[in-house]
Amino acid sequence: MICVEGIDGSGKSTQLLLLERWLRSRGYPVHFTEWNSSRLVRRSMQRGKKKNLLTPTTFSLLHAVDFADRLTYQILPPLKAGMIVLADRYVYTAFARDVARGVHPEWVRAVYSPALRPDLTLYFRVPIDISLERLLAGRAKLKYHEAGMDVGLSTDPVESFRMFQSRVLEIYDQLTLEFGMRPIDATAEIPNQQRVIRTMVQEILRNYDRNRANEKNGVTSQPR
Amino acid sequence: MASHPSRAKTWYGHGLPYLAKKRLPGHLIAIEGTDGVGRSAQIELLRPWLELEGYAVSNTGWTRSPLLSETINEAKAGHRLTVTTFSLLYAADFADRLEHEILPALQAGFIVIADRYMYTAFARNFVMGADPQWTREVFGMALVPDLVLYLDIDVKSLIPRVIMGKGMDYWESGMHLALGIDLFDSFERYQGRLIDEYRRLSSEFGFVSVDARLPIEELQGELRKHIAEYLSAAYGKPRPDSADNRASARKE
Repeated sequence: MICVEGIDGSGKSTQLLLLERWLRSRGYPVHFTEWNSSRLVRRSMQRGKKKNLLTPTTFSLLHAVDFADRLTYQILPPLKAGMIVLADRYVYTAFARDVARGVHPEWVRAVYSPALRPDLTLYFRVPIDISLERLLAGRAKLKYHEAGMDVGLSTDPVESFRMFQSRVLEIYDQLTLEFGMRPIDATAEIPNQQRVIRTMVQEILRNYDRNRANEKNGVTSQPR
Repeated sequence: MASHPSRAKTWYGHGLPYLAKKRLPGHLIAIEGTDGVGRSAQIELLRPWLELEGYAVSNTGWTRSPLLSETINEAKAGHRLTVTTFSLLYAADFADRLEHEILPALQAGFIVIADRYMYTAFARNFVMGADPQWTREVFGMALVPDLVLYLDIDVKSLIPRVIMGKGMDYWESGMHLALGIDLFDSFERYQGRLIDEYRRLSSEFGFVSVDARLPIEELQGELRKHIAEYLSAAYGKPRPDSADNRASARKE
């Protein structure tokens, strides 16, 4: 289980995509899953966001429902089948964002306690200004919740983004220590980041390769 | 029974840390009891009585939040949920009602009657095999009710009531747990286990238990008696020894 974390615009999804390509090309069975993507709560989430009905607690719990559903259908079965699961955002997103919105850090950890610990978590560190630049280059404006507008820090979306995501960054930094996330310098050139990531992944796959080989009853398998 | 004149409210766990501490002069009364025991009929009778007595009343009910009720109904129709997902959906529904219905009404001095409260989640999750400690932590954002009235019934007396009422339902019979060979068998076992757990919770959390086998009017009389007792203590029928309290309250 490998996951990527970081604020919006840190480039984590791009890097995960490149990693996925590489793993597939080497013959690894890979399953990809993304934060907030289950159909189950999509309607509630849209409704809540559009009508601004979400409080920090319901925002957190709706994402937890999404996560629990994906844990059941998208994460546990492929892992049990011996596949590699790549997750774009994991529970640390909740630990950072929901706490920045004001829920209790112990409460949100308890809510997500059915989750399992990933084998590798890559944390893409990026200064606020660079992430803002990347996001605004790609589209006209920031999304309401992405900018933390619901928290009421500022009525200006860019200023709100800066304040809210600074809080999130600060918490991510603390989580890095608490959960042993591996920091990646997300300001580096894309291929350079990818090279660092592939080295880290290769390292954790050593065990995986050995286990697979043993399972094949002595027959060495060299995934190519 | 709670009779402190300060009417201090407590949170079950960490509460909602981002909310400003506001006074909650209203009262939260939860009505608990298993499926088909007659909670809604009793609540319907309580409201006009309380209003006649001069209290403003607000109702809230399990899975009735505008944010989630549709999603929960859809999910139930689709049979794709694990107990963990279910619990979190219920918790989200609960939190939505807590922040948008219950707390504002309490702030405004209303009596909030909750048709089921977090204890329903505790009982169901326990029967469905979820970690009870986890369920309780998830509901750490809840406000502890001032009074919990538990409509107690045994499963043998419950069965004819449900059959003559709206009939046995897939979920209320615990068919998702595959406990029995048919609906009846499953209902009996599932509801039996739920009732056992409700009774255990009743002593753990100090519910006021009333015998739900009583005829509707008599049961209503029992509930009113307990509520009146609670309210007269809460609104402080002046007792000789409370004169000091009132004097100091006035100074504030």
